[in-house]
Amino acid sequence: MSTIAPQFRLSRFIGSLFDLIFWVILIFSLVGLPIVFIVLFYIKLPVINNQLMTPYLAMTWMADPSRTLPIVKNFMHTTIFKVMAFPGFGFAALLAAATIFVERKFLAKIQLRVGPLYCGKIEGILQLMGDGFKLMSKEIIIPAKADKPIFWLGPLLFVGAAGAFVSLIPVAPGWVVANPNVGLLAVFAVIGFFPIIAVLTAWAANSKWTFIGGLRALHQMVAFEIPLILSLLGVVILSGSLNLSHIVESQEHFWWIAFLPIGAIVFFITILAELERVPFDLPEAESEIVAGWLTEFSGMMYGLIQLGTYLKLYAFAGLFVVLFLGGWNGPMVWPPFPQDIITQGITIGPVTAKFPGLPLFDQEMLNGTLWFVIKTVGVILLILLPRGVFPRVRIDMILHTGWYKLIGLAFINIFIALGLLYAGVLGPGGLLQ
Amino acid sequence: MTTQLPPGMNIETVDDKIMTLNVGPQHPGSGHMRLIIKVDGDYIVSCDPDPGYVHRGEEKMAEYRNYIQNIPHLERPVIHDSSNILYPYCLGVEELLGIEVPERAKYIRVIAAELNRCIYILYWLAIYGIFLGHSTMFMWPAGDRELFIDLLEAMSGARVTHAYLVPGGVRNDLPSNFEERCLRQVEYFEKRLKEYEAVFYQNPLLKARTEGSGILSRTDAIRLGTTGSVLRASGVDFDVRKKEPYDVYENLDFQTIVMKEGDSYARSRVPYLEMFESCRIIKDALRKMPKSGSVRTKLKPNPKGGNDEVYRRIESGRGAIGYYIVSNNRPEPYRVKISVGSFRNLICMPYLLKGEKLGNMPAVYWGLNYWPVEADR
Repeated sequence: MSTIAPQFRLSRFIGSLFDLIFWVILIFSLVGLPIVFIVLFYIKLPVINNQLMTPYLAMTWMADPSRTLPIVKNFMHTTIFKVMAFPGFGFAALLAAATIFVERKFLAKIQLRVGPLYCGKIEGILQLMGDGFKLMSKEIIIPAKADKPIFWLGPLLFVGAAGAFVSLIPVAPGWVVANPNVGLLAVFAVIGFFPIIAVLTAWAANSKWTFIGGLRALHQMVAFEIPLILSLLGVVILSGSLNLSHIVESQEHFWWIAFLPIGAIVFFITILAELERVPFDLPEAESEIVAGWLTEFSGMMYGLIQLGTYLKLYAFAGLFVVLFLGGWNGPMVWPPFPQDIITQGITIGPVTAKFPGLPLFDQEMLNGTLWFVIKTVGVILLILLPRGVFPRVRIDMILHTGWYKLIGLAFINIFIALGLLYAGVLGPGGLLQ
Repeated sequence: MTTQLPPGMNIETVDDKIMTLNVGPQHPGSGHMRLIIKVDGDYIVSCDPDPGYVHRGEEKMAEYRNYIQNIPHLERPVIHDSSNILYPYCLGVEELLGIEVPERAKYIRVIAAELNRCIYILYWLAIYGIFLGHSTMFMWPAGDRELFIDLLEAMSGARVTHAYLVPGGVRNDLPSNFEERCLRQVEYFEKRLKEYEAVFYQNPLLKARTEGSGILSRTDAIRLGTTGSVLRASGVDFDVRKKEPYDVYENLDFQTIVMKEGDSYARSRVPYLEMFESCRIIKDALRKMPKSGSVRTKLKPNPKGGNDEVYRRIESGRGAIGYYIVSNNRPEPYRVKISVGSFRNLICMPYLLKGEKLGNMPAVYWGLNYWPVEADR
């Protein structure tokens, strides 16, 4: 239960607030305002629309939606917005945070527990924020004999690689950070970084547990990368493109999972292995090797690795949706933007506000994002589910699965794709398109 | 500069391929002990268990306290199975002092012992689950333990360390309405146990991982002196409750669980199946128990044993627990030697782990039904 500090007095608290306001005003008027006026005295103010652009005028313009909305709209189509906010990091981090919360509640329900409950009053919704603050406030301990630069670099590289992966996922038509024509190859290249980072940090930490964990991560990821690549070749053959946006557009009528279920299953299993999730969480097997290659990380370094892991989880789920579940395609359910607001404006009492810049996002983009998010959340839930059901497997079992069974299934999948193509069912000039 | 080593010590030369791992005591998969494991790649070359981290000198402490004062501290080695570890002490002291136990007290003791056995096995199963990475199997038994803890709390007033069994009977009578409550909870628990089967024991990944690993043959199991579930998982039909029945076990209806495979899977399954038998015993004992009567024979103040010695053993959740008590005409026992099942099962660990994969280590280790605190006493 959250309790207020025992010595808390409301009157003193309010008094301290007034104190604070008094000092801010005093310092601002004695120091801040003179500095502002001195600066304004020396710089030359620009002239826009035959008006001298004083700070007061700038503030007046900012309150006018007909002037600010176009600026906001332009900003939303810049690369920096895409990288930081919408299809990029911010969106992915939000979904990742939601995933962590849902995972904890979902797993708790399977295990007849309650899960996070108190932090944030409503079902512990702020638990993640609390955990984040805790991680930030903790001391970062670095082993004395660690290779410090590489050890510091590890979490940053991990988050960076996960962010690069996220940037390749198309969320809605035209809304993707990077859209190279060899998008799928770029995905393979980015995935290839993760085992290297794991081994580097494991070696740099100079501990036996991290060493064993890093080698396990390397074995596991290398063993599963080949079936991963092979299982996606079927999609490339059918859609005739490596560009992820084109692959989504090619699924306007049929999702590829309908024709390539084996490939989808193989890809799903390899996702579990690449993400080091149960039942393939060997690199972090607690009862054998403490925490595997994460053993020596503490504080926010561990937090960054966790962030990277969940970004990676989102990116893999998104990739599954893009390749097999038709990406943003789906029936139009988002209501169109009401035209009255653009033409007539909104009348509140005597004031009529007009918004010439609206709508900020077009209907197709919102609808596409909605379908993409729904499908991605579904796939993420499927990825979370084995954690409540399965025990961990052994390293020899995992290698056997990766090198023998999944590669065989992936080849069968490729032959199915080739058969569909040469029989004339699908592909250029096929019966179904 | 040459260093003169003390006589009897020599520097160990180790192959470069071999890596020595200190599993424990500060390791999530070790318990309160250390395993010195040498691995060649993923294979364990040798395993050297190093118990003694939590040695508390229970046996020595017992020599300075009288027979009644010994009760609360002798249950400390296994607080999850506290009735069972007190049971042979009570039997032995009763024999030393020549005390008759009332019939109702005998049944109540059996019920308490079986409830406690379930508590212990559920706790053990929870750790077995999390050792294998199955988090649901950690949470379910840990939650269902509450059923029995609540029952024992109603009986004795304490949730974990009950100190309920005393020489001469039990500390106090059952609360009113206990029979119906106990029956209801045990029947519910039997339903829950069947769900464990589906989620854990029939899990294909668990079977693939534990079947055929760490096989202990029948002859080896006897030769190494193992006991309890490890012995029965190797195909030896031995249960102290059947072979040397104490109190009222001979009147009660239950079976000994024996499996022939002797691998980790069988060792994990025998205690689970024993919980069904425990439920049977509890239900049978509730039916046959005298509905009223005394539950405790009062001892004389500060009783003295004669110049005598006694050895009594019982079957606990981890195998046979034996107490060897020597008295010499004094209120305190001259010597109390506790022989516990955990320590005897630990002996076969180096044999089982040699040549195994590192990934099998938790399954083999915890499958031995080993409780480090009890082994160190």
